Amino acid sequence: MYIFNIFGSLTMKVYIRSSACISAQNTFGKQGFLTDVVEYEGTRLRAIEPDYKQFIDPKQIRRMSHVIKMGVSAAKECLINGDVEMPGAIVTGTAFGCMEDTVTFLTRIIEQEEELLPPTAFIQSTHNTVAAQIALMLQCHAYNNTFVHKGMSFESALLDATMLLNEHEADNILVGGTEEMVDTSFTVLTRLGLYKREPVTNLSLYNYNSKGTIGGEGAGFFLLTDKPSPDNQAELLGHTFFYKPTDLEKRITAFLHEQSLTAADIDLVITGKNGDIRNDAVYTRVCDSLFKNITLAVYRHLCGEYTVASTFALWLATNILKQGVVPKAILETPEFTATPKKILLYNHYQNKYHSLMLVSAI
Amino acid sequence: MSQSVYVAGVGVISAIGNNVTEHLSAFERGEAGMADITLLNTIHRHKLPVAEVKLTDEELIAITGPTTHNSRTALLSLVAAREALNDAAIPNLQELRTGFVSANSVGGMDKSEDFFVEFLADNSKGKLKNVFDHECGSMTEIVADQLGITDFMTTISTACSSSANAIFYAARLIKNNMLDVAVAGGVDALTKFTLNGFNTLMILDKEFCKPFDEHREGLNLGEGAGYVVLVSDKVAKTLTKPAYCKLSGYNNSNDAYHQTASSPEGTGSYMAMKGALAKSDLQPSDISYINLHGTGTQNNDSAEGTAVKRLFDPNYPPVSSTKSFTGHTLGASGGIEAVFSVLSIKHGLIYPNLRFKTRISDLPFEPETKYLKGQDIKHVMSNSFGFGGNCTSLIFSAV
Repeated sequence: MYIFNIFGSLTMKVYIRSSACISAQNTFGKQGFLTDVVEYEGTRLRAIEPDYKQFIDPKQIRRMSHVIKMGVSAAKECLINGDVEMPGAIVTGTAFGCMEDTVTFLTRIIEQEEELLPPTAFIQSTHNTVAAQIALMLQCHAYNNTFVHKGMSFESALLDATMLLNEHEADNILVGGTEEMVDTSFTVLTRLGLYKREPVTNLSLYNYNSKGTIGGEGAGFFLLTDKPSPDNQAELLGHTFFYKPTDLEKRITAFLHEQSLTAADIDLVITGKNGDIRNDAVYTRVCDSLFKNITLAVYRHLCGEYTVASTFALWLATNILKQGVVPKAILETPEFTATPKKILLYNHYQNKYHSLMLVSAI
Repeated sequence: MSQSVYVAGVGVISAIGNNVTEHLSAFERGEAGMADITLLNTIHRHKLPVAEVKLTDEELIAITGPTTHNSRTALLSLVAAREALNDAAIPNLQELRTGFVSANSVGGMDKSEDFFVEFLADNSKGKLKNVFDHECGSMTEIVADQLGITDFMTTISTACSSSANAIFYAARLIKNNMLDVAVAGGVDALTKFTLNGFNTLMILDKEFCKPFDEHREGLNLGEGAGYVVLVSDKVAKTLTKPAYCKLSGYNNSNDAYHQTASSPEGTGSYMAMKGALAKSDLQPSDISYINLHGTGTQNNDSAEGTAVKRLFDPNYPPVSSTKSFTGHTLGASGGIEAVFSVLSIKHGLIYPNLRFKTRISDLPFEPETKYLKGQDIKHVMSNSFGFGGNCTSLIFSAV
């Protein structure tokens, strides 16, 4: 069995220095840690927009699509939180890229029969636009990369960031994930059966026992460093992802074993349950067999399902570890009181890709 | 961490050929791939030349066998990736940790365009199978499944430098001891989306492009795929035929100047080339040939030319843009030109820069216009620069 995991060969530690998250919840800026949970009706959760003027020149705000604004603002807030002006590298993940501009340009091609098209939407439609705009705004000439691999886009970016640290190529790596939901993608993804057919209440998402989930969107950024500091939020002990495993439970156990840990050492497991019974059955099976007596938590009822929703989970975990508080809204097992030291994030994408992230208090 | 990464196999498909052999012979004949549009259903037919792969989707499927989704992107990718893997002929591949790192810029857009026509008229219409694999990552997954690669896969999209970054990332996965073998490169199919996009920017030449010529008028779009098979030291020793070369240097720098335009000083390109030289521990004078990004636009060639001048003056190696043969294949170009760079070392080739007449007035050098063989090629630099200021240079070195 091959475990794809760089952490076996790392010679240093990887810390999450800071984080920032824009989502359908009040996660951005200085606010309580999920103390004011937002309830939605329907099957689509829209990100709560911050005041972009704090981060972006108002002249540019008008030209920028939703995902660019979210991405640039979350990246900047993450740098401010980490007290870092210039990152050593910028790495992002997004499965769909700049949907708003893509749909706009595609629509015009068809409606205007390829004539008299304005260029702006095309220019901003490339998947690397968010990473590029961050670089442009910061005048950052460093390494800049964008991963676009479905539900593993952020995971691929995180691996790149970890390798950069391991290679001593750069420090203070800004790594994040962005995804926007536009009307067209929501309509198409609904037709493809991703979302529930009836409106639901997000806070009761796990009670419907039906197929489909709820759509979401957001941007999450993290600053990674190998330098210890009391200001760091958490340590990333390991992360990995694998494709169509035939021995999933064994791989998870082996991943923990590589860190000289067993399931019993984990204080909290946060899964990617999204309310789709087919999807959640995988988590239930794994948790029943491996994490029977471990406290379990969920989050996609809060942020919705999107390809880089694992950024929400990592943001959650780093804040739990830093603040020593587990928000009530995420607990599946309510009797939990202790302050967790080690948190495992387990996420799968269509039961094809499975990802694990292990974070620890510093 | 210090181990070398070797190139054990190559595969390529573009407007000038469906495999490596056909490419070599097209270069020797000096035969460009541009022509009137024949496959893409667009109003630009007979107005804008493009470099199409001369096979319909059905003809491609006849080569690849049916896949789960027949986007042209996936088909082109599969043809070249399979050629590369077969060429490498790695013993006991099943026992090695093997990955697929592929790049593209618009995924299954060719099929999404079909879907969108019906969808726009009525949101409940449009065949869902045409949009199901819209994502860039789907193309990679479809091809990885066909190649039987499951240990690792991912997809990169940084516009026109995409597949150079894929090769870069794959090499690092090997150096970080996470993989033994990686098939790396990229693909893009011609679509109405990109053709119209570049047309709105007014950087498409209505004639065949003239990279690095004073009177250049823009680029021609192309399509295709190019992959290299990278292997570790350990695997290189087990190969039944010698490795082509090493990937000795790479760098990714950002121009941070404008979303689409390059800075006049070519800051990003300069930093990428300089960084790649530093990584490979080479001096500018060590480079035997530069495969330029050389799109043929005013802005790119002027920025890249300035950067080359800053770094190489006064001793210029032979340089040329093979986009004068293949057109600009966007997300595929870094992979396709990596294959050309590897073949340059293997066969001692310098490719001609077609249709060059007049040196750019600000530059003290000009591209090579003749097909040269039997050259002593030690180190080849391959440049790929894209939208978003993404600049990547790779250096391949003889072993």
